[in-house]
Amino acid sequence: MLDPVTSVRLRALMAVAAVSTLLLTSCAANEMYQPDTSSDLSGEINGSGASSQGSASDVWIAAFQTAHPAVTINYSPDGSGAGRKAFASGGVAYAGSDSALSTSELSSNFAACSPGTKAIDLPVYISPIAVIFNIEGVSALNLDAATLARIFKGELTRWDDPAIAALNPGEALPAAPITAVHRSDDSGTTTNFTDYLAQVAPEVWDAPANDSFPYLTGEAAQGTSGVVEAVTNGRNTIGYADASRAGGLGVAALKVGDTFVRYTATAAARVVAESPVESGRAANDLAIALDRTTTNPSHYPLVLVSYLIVCQQYADPATGALVKAYALFVASTQGQALAATSAGAAPLSPDLSARVSAVIETIR
Amino acid sequence: MSGAANGIVNSLTSARLPKWVPWALLAGSWLVLAIVFGILAAGSGGDYNIVAVVFFGTVLFDVLLVTISYLVEGSRRARDRLVTSLVSTAFIIAILPLVSLLFTVAVDGWKRFDIAFFTQSMRNIVGAGTEQFPGGALHAILGTAEITGMATLISVPIGLMAAIYLVEYGRGHLARAITFFVDVMTGIPSIVAGLFAFALFALLFDDPGIRFGFGGAIALTLLMIPTVVRSSEEMLKLVPNELREASFALGVPKWLTILKVVIPTSMAGITTGVTLAIARVIGETAPLLIIAGFTASMNYDLFNGRMMALPLFVYTQYANPGTDVQPYLDRAWAAALTLILIVMALNLIARLIARIFSPKLGR
Amino acid sequence: MSMPATGSHAAARSRPADRVFAASALIAGVVILTALAAVAVFLIAQSIPALIADPATLPTPSTSFWEYVAPLAFGTVWAAALALIMALPVSIGIALFISHYAPRRVSQTLGYVIDLLAAVPSVVFGLWGIKVLAPFVQPFYAWLVDNLGWIPLFAAPVSGTGRTILTVAIVLAVMILPIITAVCREVFLQTPVLHEEAALALGATRWEMIRVAVLPAGMPGIISASMLGLGRALGETMVVAMVLSPALVISFVLTGSANPPTIAGNIALNFPEAHGIGVNALIATGLILFVITLLVNSAARVLINRRKAFSGAN
Repeated sequence: MLDPVTSVRLRALMAVAAVSTLLLTSCAANEMYQPDTSSDLSGEINGSGASSQGSASDVWIAAFQTAHPAVTINYSPDGSGAGRKAFASGGVAYAGSDSALSTSELSSNFAACSPGTKAIDLPVYISPIAVIFNIEGVSALNLDAATLARIFKGELTRWDDPAIAALNPGEALPAAPITAVHRSDDSGTTTNFTDYLAQVAPEVWDAPANDSFPYLTGEAAQGTSGVVEAVTNGRNTIGYADASRAGGLGVAALKVGDTFVRYTATAAARVVAESPVESGRAANDLAIALDRTTTNPSHYPLVLVSYLIVCQQYADPATGALVKAYALFVASTQGQALAATSAGAAPLSPDLSARVSAVIETIR
Repeated sequence: MSGAANGIVNSLTSARLPKWVPWALLAGSWLVLAIVFGILAAGSGGDYNIVAVVFFGTVLFDVLLVTISYLVEGSRRARDRLVTSLVSTAFIIAILPLVSLLFTVAVDGWKRFDIAFFTQSMRNIVGAGTEQFPGGALHAILGTAEITGMATLISVPIGLMAAIYLVEYGRGHLARAITFFVDVMTGIPSIVAGLFAFALFALLFDDPGIRFGFGGAIALTLLMIPTVVRSSEEMLKLVPNELREASFALGVPKWLTILKVVIPTSMAGITTGVTLAIARVIGETAPLLIIAGFTASMNYDLFNGRMMALPLFVYTQYANPGTDVQPYLDRAWAAALTLILIVMALNLIARLIARIFSPKLGR
Repeated sequence: MSMPATGSHAAARSRPADRVFAASALIAGVVILTALAAVAVFLIAQSIPALIADPATLPTPSTSFWEYVAPLAFGTVWAAALALIMALPVSIGIALFISHYAPRRVSQTLGYVIDLLAAVPSVVFGLWGIKVLAPFVQPFYAWLVDNLGWIPLFAAPVSGTGRTILTVAIVLAVMILPIITAVCREVFLQTPVLHEEAALALGATRWEMIRVAVLPAGMPGIISASMLGLGRALGETMVVAMVLSPALVISFVLTGSANPPTIAGNIALNFPEAHGIGVNALIATGLILFVITLLVNSAARVLINRRKAFSGAN
């Protein structure tokens, strides 16, 4: 038998358990809220892929689910590679990826698609990459690709180096060491950053574009959040990150042609709009070959293009209908505007948006 | 001083330092170092380094106290003083990061520690959300409760029984093999446990994109079992053999002896071990991301569909915020605070259980 | 682990309940072995492609798989060792403080507060590491490099953000501290009271009593606790991934920007984007981590077995 004190304690324990059970079995208030819509879409699809379009995805999904309350879409920001793998094996209905499917990936089978049909790449998310810095007493910084490459390669180690001073007349650069922060995880942001340096300053940046940082110099940090954190909290630091996350940090202007250009959404969208679609792919595959060597000062060449990878024809028509409706919304002017305000993306140019939408209409 | 004359120091009558001396010395050393570093910082124009002040101040204090004690009280007392100050210093060193950490979590977590946080999920919530629906972590709290609960349900019986086997029954090769491989299991990196669970269930259910809560529980079980076995084994071993022998002598069967004598005696230690094991896995992020998945909506079903967990919630809110970062960070800290409070509550319950079921000890 | 208790009962009548209980205990042990065997098979099967592949196709092109894995293995051991060196003395100190120095009433609260630290999830430690600790210790590192730079451990240049292997080791130490402390505390509290009182009655100071009575009896427990802590430090993923500034180098420098990465952290960083042979290579590094833990634990077992004369069950 339990003594009285013990039984009181046990009862208290049970009460705690009961209360927590009640709390946990209650529904989430926001999920019971049902707006009036006349949507007949229903079902659940899962996507996986690039974390770069993660926050844009949140907005798109939220708006889409509000318009179609019976639909649930889950997008896990596992990374582009994981997303493409999961999509190829049929684990998810669509993938988000910072790079288009490679030709070897395209030659294999896609489990979610109808036998014999292939997957297509749809550019839906354009984001300028900002070169962010945090240097004592410096509020504006001009850099050209060669100097930027030398900084990240570790060849320039002090801020008062003549090479940097020459680009920034009148700026009091401190006599302090440079801490250049790059991504420690493999990332599409690094691919686009190194691709820019390799295309524009090949004489300095002798490594090809890659999703991992090629040199052993400098400081590394995990994810966009980690780089922003390191640049913010460190001293005399410089790094690269999705422009929407630059916050209050200094942003360097890059030399395009003869002018120094700061990123804007329009300048970033323009370089994508005027770059050609990669040749040698299926007609509906809109993989873009970015031309970063542009000398047009209305372009900002350091951009990241993230794709939605979907089937041309789904094995399961219901999934196909859901993906099609969702992708149409994402590529629409409304979807692009949402991503611009909430995730800092550069909206697709009307031209490109129309092209992407036309392709989506052919999804089955 | 008659004892000293014989070469033997009577510790009851020999000179002792007054009680205020250590405290005065500590304050004095910190002050001196603060001034020294102040002058250095002023001289070189560098930053004022508070860590160095506390660190070197404490070192100076230790040296001074031991020296003075050696001169006044003799070598044995000096050594005792040295250890006392080292032990206390260790405690302060450990408390500092704890206070810093808990303070950060409490202050930053409090901002969104409201009713909405516990009654809403993140479905259709963007940025700061709306006035009515600022978004919450109910789905993640539910997921963590179900996944960790299931993992505990599986691993505690297995782990405890295995520990009983090792201490009470096991001899020979099998026991040695279990001991050894339990140790090896502590070395499974959490992400590998997630990959393993994913590979296993993808194979079993023939679904290459499988994500469900139970898989997460299995991954956590792999991580929990070694901790449970290891700590329970240690605690069971500490039960004096006299107790077992007394029980056997009274004719109590072995299994009842274990259940009624050995386990209750080591109950406090075992519950501490289990709580530690839960604490070890409740904060796991990487394996759950792989096998339990990521969702913004509620999911009550452990066996079907993606399930969110609190640490994953913290991580994704931190790592993938929108343009307006602050509401995401606030939610991340609030979730971290919730997680800590949950484990605190578990800790309390474990202590309660230990107190109810363990026999009254001599001290 | 010979058991006089079982030995003395060789003649006792065996009851069905006894046999059921013994069998379920055995089954629990076998289940663990099976689970581990399954994990091992999974690891080895997934690793083989990376071990036999052309080293040039590895994530970092190398001349052999071992060249690729060496900095990772080094970083893992180095970070965990640093963490243990910092955490072990402090933990023993705290455990002694709680069990033998602090007043009873205070000690219970203190024990609880330390246990709390075990409750903090590693993501939160990671957040704290980058947002609070790294900026806080950076000036200290700068001072070390400026004044003690002639010691190879503090060779210039200093990291501009403080996110070095020493910072990671500090966070890891704080993380494993409550684990080691909790086990040590329980073990110290179990010291036979008679031994302690005997030592005190002989005129020993408190430290002498601890040295002759408490520490020897607790030694296997201390080693066990350290191994639990070391296991966690070796396998910790999120903190290392979030806080460390890694580069694939073997370096003892504690305060620089290029730090050897750890295996678990490296898997977390690179797994999402890994493809083809890269996945196998990462899992193969997981296998290496497995082996490292195995070696460390075997060493610990040898140490404990030498000292197991103090176990209460003997």
